[in-house]
Formats: sequence, C-alpha cells, structure tokens
Amino acid sequence: MLLLLLGIIVLHVAVLVLLFVSTIVSQWMVGNGHSTDLWQNCTTSPLGNVQHCFMSSANEWLQSVQATMILSVIFSVLSLFLFFCQLFTLTKGGRFYITGVFQILAGLCVMSAASIYTVRHPDWHGSSGDSYGFAYILAWVAFPLALLSGVIYVILRKRE
Amino acid sequence: MAPGAPSSSPSPVLAALLFSSLVLFPAQAIVVYTDREVHGAVGSQVTLHCSFWSSEWVSDDISFTWRYQPEGGRDAISIFHYAKGQPYIDEVGTFKERIQWVGDPYWKDGSIVIHNLDYSDNGTFTCDVKNPPDIVGKTSQVTLYVFEKVPTRYGVVLGAVIGGVLGIVLLSLLLFYLVRYCWLRRQAALQRRLSAMEKGKLHKPSKDSSKRGRQTPVLYAMLDHSRSTKAVSEKKTKGLGESRKDKK
Repeated sequence: MLLLLLGIIVLHVAVLVLLFVSTIVSQWMVGNGHSTDLWQNCTTSPLGNVQHCFMSSANEWLQSVQATMILSVIFSVLSLFLFFCQLFTLTKGGRFYITGVFQILAGLCVMSAASIYTVRHPDWHGSSGDSYGFAYILAWVAFPLALLSGVIYVILRKRE
Repeated sequence: MAPGAPSSSPSPVLAALLFSSLVLFPAQAIVVYTDREVHGAVGSQVTLHCSFWSSEWVSDDISFTWRYQPEGGRDAISIFHYAKGQPYIDEVGTFKERIQWVGDPYWKDGSIVIHNLDYSDNGTFTCDVKNPPDIVGKTSQVTLYVFEKVPTRYGVVLGAVIGGVLGIVLLSLLLFYLVRYCWLRRQAALQRRLSAMEKGKLHKPSKDSSKRGRQTPVLYAMLDHSRSTKAVSEKKTKGLGESRKDKK
C-alpha cells in the first residue's frame, strides 16, 4: 500500500514538473537562431551569444493557450493539495473523487492548450521552417500522464 | 530613498524614509497621472484621463493644460486649457471642434474626450496641472493610437478564460455539495419519520381509516420507502446468503 501511495505521488509530482517546465521554458517552437514560447520570442544573434527577447504577441488564441496552461498547473497543484487532505480525512473505503476530478481537469486543460497551439500557432508567428521544441512535446506528454493519474485517483480506495 | 543614507544598517534608512515621508512630502511637487497608452477606433471617441495628487487643497485658481504632439512631429501645441472654472479650447490644430471637457477639478479630474478620431490623430498628449501654490511638478503623457479596429488588450482573454473556468468549477463543486447535503438531510428526515411510524404502528395497530386525509402523504412516503427498504433488505439477505454460500 505504501509503495502504491508513493508511486502515485511520484507520478503526480512528475506531471506537475512537466506542466511547469512546459509552461515556463522557451522552447515551444525552435528554428534557426530563435525560439519562442508562450510568453516571449527570443532570437540569438548568429555572431555572438547575445540573446534578444521580446514579449510575444497579444493574440487572443495565444492568450487562451497561456490561460489553459496556467489553469492546468493550478488544477494539478490543487489536486495534490486535496490528495493530502483526503488522505487524512477520508473514511476507510472512500474514493479520492475530488482529487481525481481536479487532476483530470488539469489533463484536459493541458490537452486543450496543446491542441490550440498546434492549430493556431501560424497566426502569431507566420514564419515557416520552425519545428516544435521540447516544451511542446512535454506538454503533450503531460496530458496522458495527468489523465492516468486522475483515473487512478478515482479508482483508488482508501485503506487503513 | 533619501540620498546619503547609510545603506549598511536598515534602521537609519527606514528612519530617514519615515522622516522624509512625514516632513518632506508636503513640500513635494504636484504629481500628474495619465494612462500610458490609449487605443481608439477610427470615427469613435476616446477619453484621455488625467488626475493628479497634490498636498494642497484644490484651489480656485487650478488650471489644466493639454498639449498635443503629432507622431513624428517636433513641436507640441496647446489644444485645451482650463482655468478659473472655465474650459477654453484653443482655436488651432485639428481638434478645435472635437474636444469636450468632462473633468471636474474638485474630484482632481482633468479628463477630456476627443470625438470622431482619425488616423492623423496619432500622437502624444501631455497633461499639465497647476494647483497654486503647488505648481512645480512633472507633466504626464499619454500616447494615442488610432486603429481601424481596436485590438483586445493584452490579458483580457487570459483573465477571462482563467476566471471563467475557475468560476465554473467552483460553482459546480458548490452545487454538487449543496445537492448532496440536501439529499442526505431529506433521507435522514425520512428515515426518522419512518421509524416513528413503525413505532406508532406497533402501539396502535388498526386505526387508519379515521384520519385518512391528513395521513396520506406520510403513508405514501412510508409505502415508497418501505419498498426501497424491502429491496435493500432483500439485497442484504441475498448478499448474506451468497456470502454464506461462498463460505461453504
């Protein structure tokens, strides 16, 4: 039982780290010399190692991507918090419904963020030839993991 | 922070700060506030807000001055003036028929409205306030951008999405718990009434035809519930039987 509990917590923390990294790191799109993320647009000059960053556009779709990523982080943190609360307050045999629901919501949020980004990213940087960076891939990896841990929470029963 | 204050220990700095805020502030100059940027659509109107902070009371000699510097132009021209309780619109420039005074000096408000915007109105507007004897101070500038269609400001969609989703989730959670709470309470009340009825039945077995009208809902409830309890008890016995079978 303890091992299972530990595994679940590790999974949850892993999801949380993935979400944080993919929200913050400036590697959603990488091309020759420049990389972009949800917040800024960075260009490395070909001569030196000078990096210029400026704020990304105020496109509505980009804002909704930012919003859903933030929401997924919020929901995942809330879920972890609720898990610890329920661990101590739940009666024997009860299920971690609320925890699971919030984790699944986090998964759905990150899914919608990644899919909006996939469909709409030409709107705010038209330059083609860029490829997706690792932060974008991490966001997609976080989605099934979050969903999985959410489902585990819902299935899980509390034991003494 | 006060210049020359020793930065090694925090308490003198704090004291100096406190001293300056207490003693030096009244002598400080007037401070004028405007937005940094204002966006407007062609043909629409835009309000240029201007307010100020002054240590003095608002005097009758207060004056507001708005100056305009076109985008790329060098000279600023005065376009509006308010003095001695009267607004004056300068008879030069392109704004003379399009400016409206909407401020109120006693609310420390020197805002103007510019009607019927055009692309050529792009530029910087400077608000200057003099509140004698408090006349020394910096002016404040607001830059006007005229668009064909006003873009949504950054953060509006972001805030709306986050707030909306969080609100919906919280609301549904609240509703869920409310419904569950009500349901549990009703169930408990029903249970209590049923047990009371059973007791009454035991004590007075056949006395139901006299007060039928009043008793009907209770009876219905009881009937309804007895069925469910029967089902439950059946289930229970079944389960017990099964478990017994399993044991065997």
